[in-house]
Amino acid sequence: MSLRVEDLTVYYQTLRGDVRALESATFSLADGEIMGLAGESGCGKSTLSNSLIRLAPPMKHIKGRVILDDQELPIADLHAMNEYRFTEISVVPQYAMNAMNPTRKIGKMAEELLRSRGIDARKALPELERRLDLVELDHDVLKMYPIEMSGGMKQRMVMVLSTLMDPSLLLADEITSALDVSTQKAVAKMLVGFRDREIVKSIVVITHDMSILYQIADGIMIMYAGQLAEKASTETIIHSPRHPYTKLLITSLPKVGVKHDEVRLKGIPGNPPLLLDPPTGCRFRERCPLAFEPCMDVPPFVEIEPNHFVACWKEGGANA
Amino acid sequence: MLKLDNVSKTYRTGTFGGKQLCAVRDVTFEIKDGEVVSLIGESGSGKSTIGKMILRLIAINEGTITFDGLDVGSLKRGDLREYYRKVQGVFQDPFSSYNPIFKADRVFEVMHDHFYRSMRQKEWTAKIHDSLESVGLNPEHVLGKYPHQLSGGQLQRFLIARALLLEIRFLVADEIISMLDASTRIDVLNLLADLKERDLGVLFITHDLSLGYYISEQAAILYRGCIVEMGQTEKIYDNPIHPYTRMLMASVPRLDKKWEDVEIELRAKQGQLSDGCVYFERCPEHQRQTCCRDDRPTLRLAEEGHFVACQRSGKEESS
Repeated sequence: MSLRVEDLTVYYQTLRGDVRALESATFSLADGEIMGLAGESGCGKSTLSNSLIRLAPPMKHIKGRVILDDQELPIADLHAMNEYRFTEISVVPQYAMNAMNPTRKIGKMAEELLRSRGIDARKALPELERRLDLVELDHDVLKMYPIEMSGGMKQRMVMVLSTLMDPSLLLADEITSALDVSTQKAVAKMLVGFRDREIVKSIVVITHDMSILYQIADGIMIMYAGQLAEKASTETIIHSPRHPYTKLLITSLPKVGVKHDEVRLKGIPGNPPLLLDPPTGCRFRERCPLAFEPCMDVPPFVEIEPNHFVACWKEGGANA
Repeated sequence: MLKLDNVSKTYRTGTFGGKQLCAVRDVTFEIKDGEVVSLIGESGSGKSTIGKMILRLIAINEGTITFDGLDVGSLKRGDLREYYRKVQGVFQDPFSSYNPIFKADRVFEVMHDHFYRSMRQKEWTAKIHDSLESVGLNPEHVLGKYPHQLSGGQLQRFLIARALLLEIRFLVADEIISMLDASTRIDVLNLLADLKERDLGVLFITHDLSLGYYISEQAAILYRGCIVEMGQTEKIYDNPIHPYTRMLMASVPRLDKKWEDVEIELRAKQGQLSDGCVYFERCPEHQRQTCCRDDRPTLRLAEEGHFVACQRSGKEESS
């Protein structure tokens, strides 16, 4: 078991009170697994990923533990986490393309990054070049400035830099969202390649695009308004979801071959609740067509079938 | 209704404007009343440039755009105002379409001052309410709010409602749902489909092929400013002929099919183009022919209602 998250709760501190962005998240990730993390904007998926690597103010760790390869991570301690960042757990941030220093050449940047981890850049160069080959980048990119590279090239470069220390866990936050479809496919395939070559042990792919996850992820976890809604294998989530939110979400996605005058798809009425003062109980209650009395209490995230977790009183509640 | 005839646009780039970048080349198509046409292409393919030229936000270099027989490029003052009464646009980022300092309804006030100065306030309010209801918003919930108090989907529908206040006949929808969440984007898309019933023409600019299929009868695939394939949506999707369209169809992530292993060419796009086919550099080697380098193919009929710009089309489909 490479990653275990237990009861992780993270709030944002604001002048108007705590924004309850992540509530009691408990899940685990197997070695070699690519897990997709999906949900609408503001559902807490980036909060979850950020709290695993850099839980900086205004984020506040309320409770919960994170265990990576049998070691507990000191996620609440910004400084102590430094030891684990990049070596054990690494991130390809959202808008990674703009994350590079525009005044440094790529090679210089890689060198400085390695030196900060106490590694001689010259010795690491052959490995760096091997990795560049892996993502089909020319070795000359090391002599280029970020501005000279296209979006897809920058994205691949950041992927190489983030995984240079062979971290156990890689967090990929919306890495394919801003790319063209052909580049998107190549980048997604390379991510799978990183796992297959055991450069990284497991990957969490955060995205709002379910169709990308269907292509590359082994399992998918759905979040709604700061709570985990459902987690199962990719096939199960796409073809036989059990949580009403997942069901509505999957059926609202247009597919090639579906036309509006033949099949009229429906969205989910209403908006997600504000997390500054979220409703008690199930947070999907107000938009849920199945809501009933017990939904006033928070449904537990229970395993209803092997490896299929659901937080819904209609589904898991009966067994619990 | 709206007709583009050999439209081209060249941007000057470089420090002193010495270099030229051809964003749109010889684009010709027509949109009829009540028709939704999808313009599909990757970033940099010139799809937004075409939308902006129709809205006269940028000038045309060559060719003409005509609306009901009127040359759009030569419209002045009063005529231009009349044109905007009929043709409007909605853009990708709903948040940057509003001034965050003012309430969101300000977009309606501006409309009133510009087009309906003589209309009484009471009448005007009723018109706004009508328009908001027709896009599925409850006026009481959304009027009087600031942009940050509304969701992306609401803001985007607000902008469509604003366009509907006019006697609009044509809408340019430039990536209007790409920034919306999955659960709300389909409602905006359905709204667009409903506009068709009002005999409204829509140019739906997108990079997402499944959205294009859902909403449009006609589609045009754009690559480096050229239309490489155009025709009835079903025909393009079921039987893509141009190698670029095929590559596109193969790399779109789908929920009903896993990716096949198709080689993706990641070579960077070259700056200058030869006279030949725009897709020449990325075209799979075994499909290239010598004539591809020297002659730019024009759109030719491949089957009824399906046009392709490829030297190989029309000839025997082999390999």
